[in-house]
Amino acid sequence: MNIILTTIIVLGMTGIVAAVVLWFVAKRFHVYENPRIAEIEELLPGANCGSCGYSGCHAFAVACVEATSLDGIECPITSNATMHEIGEIVGLAAAENTARVAIVKCNGTCENRPPLNRWQGPRSCALEASLYVGQSDCANGCLGCGDCVAACPFDAIAMNQESGLPLVDYGKCVGCGRCVAACPRGVMDLAVFDASKPLVHVACNNHDRGPAAMKVCKVSCIGCGKCVKVCPAGAVAVKEFLAGIDSEKCTGCGTCVEACPRNSITSYNKES
Amino acid sequence: MKTFRRGGVHPDPSKITADVPIAPLAASAKVELPLSQCIGAPSVPVVKPGDAVVAGQMVAKAGGFVGAPVHSPVSGTVKKIEKTRSPQGLWQETVIIEADPESVNPQPLAGRADELKPEDLKLEPSEIVKRISEAGIVGLGGATFPTHVKLSIPDGKKAEMIIINGAECEPYLTCDDRLMRTCAAQIISGTKLLMRAVGVDRAIVGIEENKPEAIEAMRFAATVSPGIEVVELKKRYPQGGEKQLIEALTGREVPMGGLPVDVGCVVDNVATAYAVFDAVCRRRPLTQRVVTVTGPSLTNPGNFLVPFGTPISRLIEAAGGLPDDTGKVIAGGPMMGRAVSNLDAPTTKGLGGILVLPESMSRRPAVQPCIRCAKCVEACPMGLEPYLLASLSRLGRYEDAARRTIMGCIECGCCSYSCPSGRPILDFIKLGKLNLRKKK
Repeated sequence: MNIILTTIIVLGMTGIVAAVVLWFVAKRFHVYENPRIAEIEELLPGANCGSCGYSGCHAFAVACVEATSLDGIECPITSNATMHEIGEIVGLAAAENTARVAIVKCNGTCENRPPLNRWQGPRSCALEASLYVGQSDCANGCLGCGDCVAACPFDAIAMNQESGLPLVDYGKCVGCGRCVAACPRGVMDLAVFDASKPLVHVACNNHDRGPAAMKVCKVSCIGCGKCVKVCPAGAVAVKEFLAGIDSEKCTGCGTCVEACPRNSITSYNKES
Repeated sequence: MKTFRRGGVHPDPSKITADVPIAPLAASAKVELPLSQCIGAPSVPVVKPGDAVVAGQMVAKAGGFVGAPVHSPVSGTVKKIEKTRSPQGLWQETVIIEADPESVNPQPLAGRADELKPEDLKLEPSEIVKRISEAGIVGLGGATFPTHVKLSIPDGKKAEMIIINGAECEPYLTCDDRLMRTCAAQIISGTKLLMRAVGVDRAIVGIEENKPEAIEAMRFAATVSPGIEVVELKKRYPQGGEKQLIEALTGREVPMGGLPVDVGCVVDNVATAYAVFDAVCRRRPLTQRVVTVTGPSLTNPGNFLVPFGTPISRLIEAAGGLPDDTGKVIAGGPMMGRAVSNLDAPTTKGLGGILVLPESMSRRPAVQPCIRCAKCVEACPMGLEPYLLASLSRLGRYEDAARRTIMGCIECGCCSYSCPSGRPILDFIKLGKLNLRKKK
């Protein structure tokens, strides 16, 4: 009985002494932090994806509090409403941000672009791109090793086993742009995503001249410019033998999708 | 017997073409000459489509001091200057020449009558370097570093000796072995010219023990040349790496990040020494080289003297055609070579061998986790920690890898070769080096 009592008293005393020391240290070395930083952090996604240009959500919150104007400070992956809330907390007007999503500028499936050799090295697009042209002769297309999948902090990209191409889940993608930075071929890009209209984009990244591009893939863009002519909104332009659609101007009418002789343009509907 | 101190591996030499004499092989009617044939600035074309060229004429001038001109091996007409595909399928700027049928044969190798004339040895060193530079000579061991740059010793440094690299430690390849057996006298003459060019009176030729005929031929050719010593080396990979060779022959260690000239050495391959002789004495630009075409299932593997610009497929055809069980074609040797995805690509200055491996030998092992056995550390001839460098580079931590001297890696492949887990160590180290070079 005595032993148990002594134990409780000794441990209890140790605990009290330690608590006093900790309390004193916490008071003595307390760092004051603006409470608004924690408030803003609470609103942010907490993914630390870095797409705002800061090292993480905390650094972004600090930047918001210290800023004199919110121009150029925006979290690309939150809604406008959240940015407005942040604006209210710091007493500044938040800039309107447009929702963006990742698009895959390649449709080189095994059928459209049959593999001519087999890559046996490690599954790393960066590595494969540094060594050779890839399993087909297309020097611009998707390599299929999934560097974008590994880079996505939101688990929004998966490799489609059948086509060998990445598939973006538009329910999860927030347009942070990590995949764009990870792709060594520049196949990933961001486009404005507006739920009211279909997302139309060129699913090709081939900058080679027409004949060369035509040889390597069945659905490569050859830069013929038909889409430029038919687009009623003037949203398409051909640069370096490759068509590109300005997703802000695009109305999603789909005229170019039908006009394209190479079937390089795809349209994505939110319902489908 | 001499060898280097640290690391190294002992792959099976498999020198199946060692006893096949060098055979000339004619170029095809369409000769493709890529403008990037050396490490350094790409060459600048000096001809335009429609121009007539004669064999040996310069078609592209050096793109800078660290660069080399490109010469046409054939007479004919310039067809186009456009992008064609490299052996790895990537686009490269190329001069395409349609050859006259009678000019496609390679120039014969130097015979007994072609000797170093006494007046050639009295040439001014600057004149020798000038002729080497004009002939477009680059390191033919595979690194393709312009030779005239090596011979221009920077201020404040002093060369003490020339080292001639006849180690040929890479398995399967025998092009240097055959060249030493055939043209030993000319290689020794080239060595003398190199010695005069940098103003030294000593040269060492290092040859591995598994080439006794080459050693004998070179020793015989060097008997009357005081100052040139032929040394037999123990068989060990990567003995032919210049830093390893210097260590094996002289005991000196090139500092990390340094150049051979920091320890008073200038290293050149035997094929380069031969090219120097050809350029200075016979005034012939570098337009051809000996290429080993080899593989366990080829019916007629051999060593071929080919003009640059000949398609790789033509070389394989000369060696008996692509076997049915082919799994991989490699440009270079099995340790340092790169897999070829485009067999229509032309041969270039840096290509010393084509290796055709059957499917069973070309499969990569399944990748297992690193078990920290440190076999790669033991095997690394540069004293690096390959497993660590590979992991850092895989994670994109290139700066950390740079602090651990990733740039000191010579890409010999001993780490991947010795890894019991079959990990792609060198692949990731190469990626890290590439990204660090890009950042600079």
